[in-house]
Amino acid sequence: MLQPYASPLERAWYVGLRVLVGLILLFLILPILVIIPLSFNADSFLMYPMSGFSLRWYEDFFTSPAWRRSLANSLIISPLATLLAMVLGTMAAIGLVRARFPGKALLTAILISPMVVPVVIVAVALYMAFAPFGLTGTYTGLVLAHAVLGVPFVVTTVTATLQGFDFNLVRAAGSLGAGPLTTFFRVTLPQVAPGVISGGLFAFAISFDEVVVTLFLASPEQATLPRQMFSGIRENISPTIAAAATILVLMSTLMLLTLEWLRRRNERLRGVSPG
Amino acid sequence: MNARLSRTLLRSALAASLACLGLGGIAHADVTVISFGGANQAAQDKAFYQPYTASTGSRVIAGEYNGELARVSAMVQAGNVTWDVVEMESPELVRGCDEGLFEKLDYSRIGKTEDFLPEAVTPCGIGIFVWSTAIAYDADRLKEAPRGWTDFWDVNKIPGKRGLRKGAKYTLEFALLADGVPPEKVYETLATPAGVSRAFAKLDELKPHIVWWEAGAQPPQLLAAGDLVMSSAYNGRIAAARKEGRNLRIVWNGSIYDLDYWAIPVGTRQRDEAYRFIAFASRPEGQRVMAEEIAYGPTHKDAVGGMPAELAADLPTAPANLQGAFATDTEFWVEYGEDLEQRFNAWALR
Amino acid sequence: MTALCETADAPIAPRALKRRLRHAERRRNLLFAALIGPLAFFVLASFIVPIASLLGKSIDNPEVHGNLPQTLALLEDWSGDALPDDATFASLAHELTQAAGTPAVANIAKRLNREQPGTRTLVMRTARGLPLPEGTPAREGLIQLDARWGETQTWHLLRNAGGAFTGFYLLSAVDRTVDADGNIVASPPEEAVYLDVLKRTFVMSIVVTAVCLLLGFPLAYLMATLPARHANLLMILVLLPFWTSVLVRVAAWIVLLQNEGLINQLLMWTGVTEAPVQMLFNRFGVYVAMVHILLPFMVLPLYSVMKGIPPAYLRAAVSLGCPPLRSFWRVYFPLTLPGIGAGALLVFILCMGYYITPALLGGPNDQMISYFIAFYTNQTVNWGMASALSVVLLAATLVLYGFYVRYLGTPNTDAR
Repeated sequence: MLQPYASPLERAWYVGLRVLVGLILLFLILPILVIIPLSFNADSFLMYPMSGFSLRWYEDFFTSPAWRRSLANSLIISPLATLLAMVLGTMAAIGLVRARFPGKALLTAILISPMVVPVVIVAVALYMAFAPFGLTGTYTGLVLAHAVLGVPFVVTTVTATLQGFDFNLVRAAGSLGAGPLTTFFRVTLPQVAPGVISGGLFAFAISFDEVVVTLFLASPEQATLPRQMFSGIRENISPTIAAAATILVLMSTLMLLTLEWLRRRNERLRGVSPG
Repeated sequence: MNARLSRTLLRSALAASLACLGLGGIAHADVTVISFGGANQAAQDKAFYQPYTASTGSRVIAGEYNGELARVSAMVQAGNVTWDVVEMESPELVRGCDEGLFEKLDYSRIGKTEDFLPEAVTPCGIGIFVWSTAIAYDADRLKEAPRGWTDFWDVNKIPGKRGLRKGAKYTLEFALLADGVPPEKVYETLATPAGVSRAFAKLDELKPHIVWWEAGAQPPQLLAAGDLVMSSAYNGRIAAARKEGRNLRIVWNGSIYDLDYWAIPVGTRQRDEAYRFIAFASRPEGQRVMAEEIAYGPTHKDAVGGMPAELAADLPTAPANLQGAFATDTEFWVEYGEDLEQRFNAWALR
Repeated sequence: MTALCETADAPIAPRALKRRLRHAERRRNLLFAALIGPLAFFVLASFIVPIASLLGKSIDNPEVHGNLPQTLALLEDWSGDALPDDATFASLAHELTQAAGTPAVANIAKRLNREQPGTRTLVMRTARGLPLPEGTPAREGLIQLDARWGETQTWHLLRNAGGAFTGFYLLSAVDRTVDADGNIVASPPEEAVYLDVLKRTFVMSIVVTAVCLLLGFPLAYLMATLPARHANLLMILVLLPFWTSVLVRVAAWIVLLQNEGLINQLLMWTGVTEAPVQMLFNRFGVYVAMVHILLPFMVLPLYSVMKGIPPAYLRAAVSLGCPPLRSFWRVYFPLTLPGIGAGALLVFILCMGYYITPALLGGPNDQMISYFIAFYTNQTVNWGMASALSVVLLAATLVLYGFYVRYLGTPNTDAR
């Protein structure tokens, strides 16, 4: 808070900083605020001023075969890829945190490398590698590719959560007669669940927003929502894109709120913030 | 990397994931048809895809691209072809045919060859329609019509950005026309190194004012949004935009026409379906609907005849529109296309 | 290990204890292997192996080598001074006839054309003329199809391009080529584009990183100094665009920046300009959208570092008589350097690999190296070049990432 005895310079600094940050935040949020109203435009131009209110672009989104198929594809591919990444990633993170062996750092680096390699390189590499096995233009190929991209996020978040996990609890459970599976589901999992879920959310968001790998691997049959938006922006800018964008913004808000909720719950439970 | 090892690894990964996901290998009779998107695809949907689904019960999965033969070539060479039918322009069709990328068509499965325009019947592709690339402008913004490519190049007379299709094909022809080469001499000139240099030199003049487009849907949008003052454009897209109430016009002088063809990439999983679709789409009924939806001329003789005069006047083949227009020299582009495209790409980058 | 001893019912002989320990150790290791193994296998099979085999393609040279093996074998014994013997001609005619009408012939033609422009037509025209009429000797027949088969230079070209591996693509990626004497020299100017592209990639990444830093610093600073409730609100305003699809944001920037878009309407309404300003399909539009997309990656690490700087430091400096601006610069700013380093490297690395935004919002002069990798894969089927450029991009990325890990630890994704 600004003190009443602040000098004019301090006052100017105080106000100036707030105005500047306000402008930066406007820059960040403006595009999202601008695109949403256009999805309700009665006119067929993706342009202001709006001529009237209409739901026709939502109707178009939900009735046009291409948009509907892309939504369905996204809702098939992303959850499957997320599930695969979550299961494999969580298992590996638990192993990595507890095991000690030479080359562990290297192995960890390899497991999270898909996060670092530029996505175009991933796309081209997978395109060439998957084609001989008939995996391009298939759902399986896309799920595998999206899972690979999501895995590092699961591994890193679960690992971070496990750093604060007391493995004596596992030993205690064991000494009290619980089998390894019981221990995992009754003791370990409830503790690491927030990490697993936020890792999964990251993996989901990565897959749900993925377009470059999809451009290379998918045939029109598997076109996902971002892929459809990509061709929409290239081929045919219509307010249907704004409708799709609004739906995506809704989804991302939902994910953001879930994460925020998880974070707060975690803070409450532990009295610290993770990571 | 050891190819056998990678193959084994990937194969087991595939087997494992197939087992987990229960996906893949689902047999169906859908046919994937790739066309130039936008209004052209929308017209094809009405004229071909929907009626095809209604009559056969199998779905058409529509996709779009911008005419790159390499997309087919990459698929064939990577070893997994996911396109069943593709719309090709003539030089790329012939080149792909030479390179073994397309099926040699069995016309007994499509129709009687004598029913079609002679240009439409080729070993690897059957003509869909006649289309044209011409100058387009928004008459609400530009009061005085440009008269040809000389005006297109004249940034003092008509200031503003111009759109051209990103690629050597047509761009080089237009540059020579703007430089005063008569239409009948264009390809003769381009076949010489001096002619090519002349075309690039002329392009250098206009380069700062050019916006390159790739998808056919872009010119009408960019014109209507005021981002461009003039643009080369596919005539059908301009006619389609006019139907939506935009006052876009075409300058036929100096336009170049060509045919688009249906072709079947070698190695498609749905060869029979592909034939079935092409046979269906080559019937005069569908072609007539296509011409009504977008102003491209049909290739089936029965569809050409009996066209309402108003509709026929918009087609590239209308006698008035052929004034000052000429046909793409397919052989020229088959021979020189790849070298010129390569040079164009290097030029466009700098 | 004390737990183990305590649970033992009776005293154990040292040998038996060792055995049991070893046994337990082995079981633990097996368990860990079973936990890590599936992911390790998955990442290996569907990521590491594909990437490695892509990089391998940068020196792979299969086009001539794989399709004209017999001719190449015969050319090995060729002196190179005069034309090859009849057997070599016959072998070439035979092997080209087999390749004609398949993608193989186009590959041979394209490969040779990269060495010597104009050779594509030689191969394609010859292939169209094959097979030779019955009874025509191969030498005369080939030379009749194209006179260039009668020049020794053509055969040298064939032999040079026929190796199983080549440094051609990697050299091209840094604008170098091998001349007739085998020396590495600069590529001819009309082909020397890649160093420019690389420079452009770096310049664009630097600009985006710098702008992100300029905008991100005050934002993170205010967030770190505000009370938690307000800071949380700001954080949500930063995170919402961060979680919003990149495609949505690109579409939104088109709405804002197009000639009749909101920004231009505003500029013209306020009288700043008469005519609309071109902001799309040029560098400006790409910068705006990239900064928008990457800004949160700068803000988040900055914020987490600034949050950890006790405000007392700054107050102490001021109370000791140092003027506020100077204290800020001398005391606070140096403490934020780890955050600046982390944010800047992260933004820079992400920026270098960007593809979608320049592809949708930029012109041909605004494309970065990623565009060319995609271009050579999909639009010209020059996989050697795509791989070589991938090698360059990946090397640059890994070097920067190495810096990151060395000085700043692994990226903290939890902050996202």
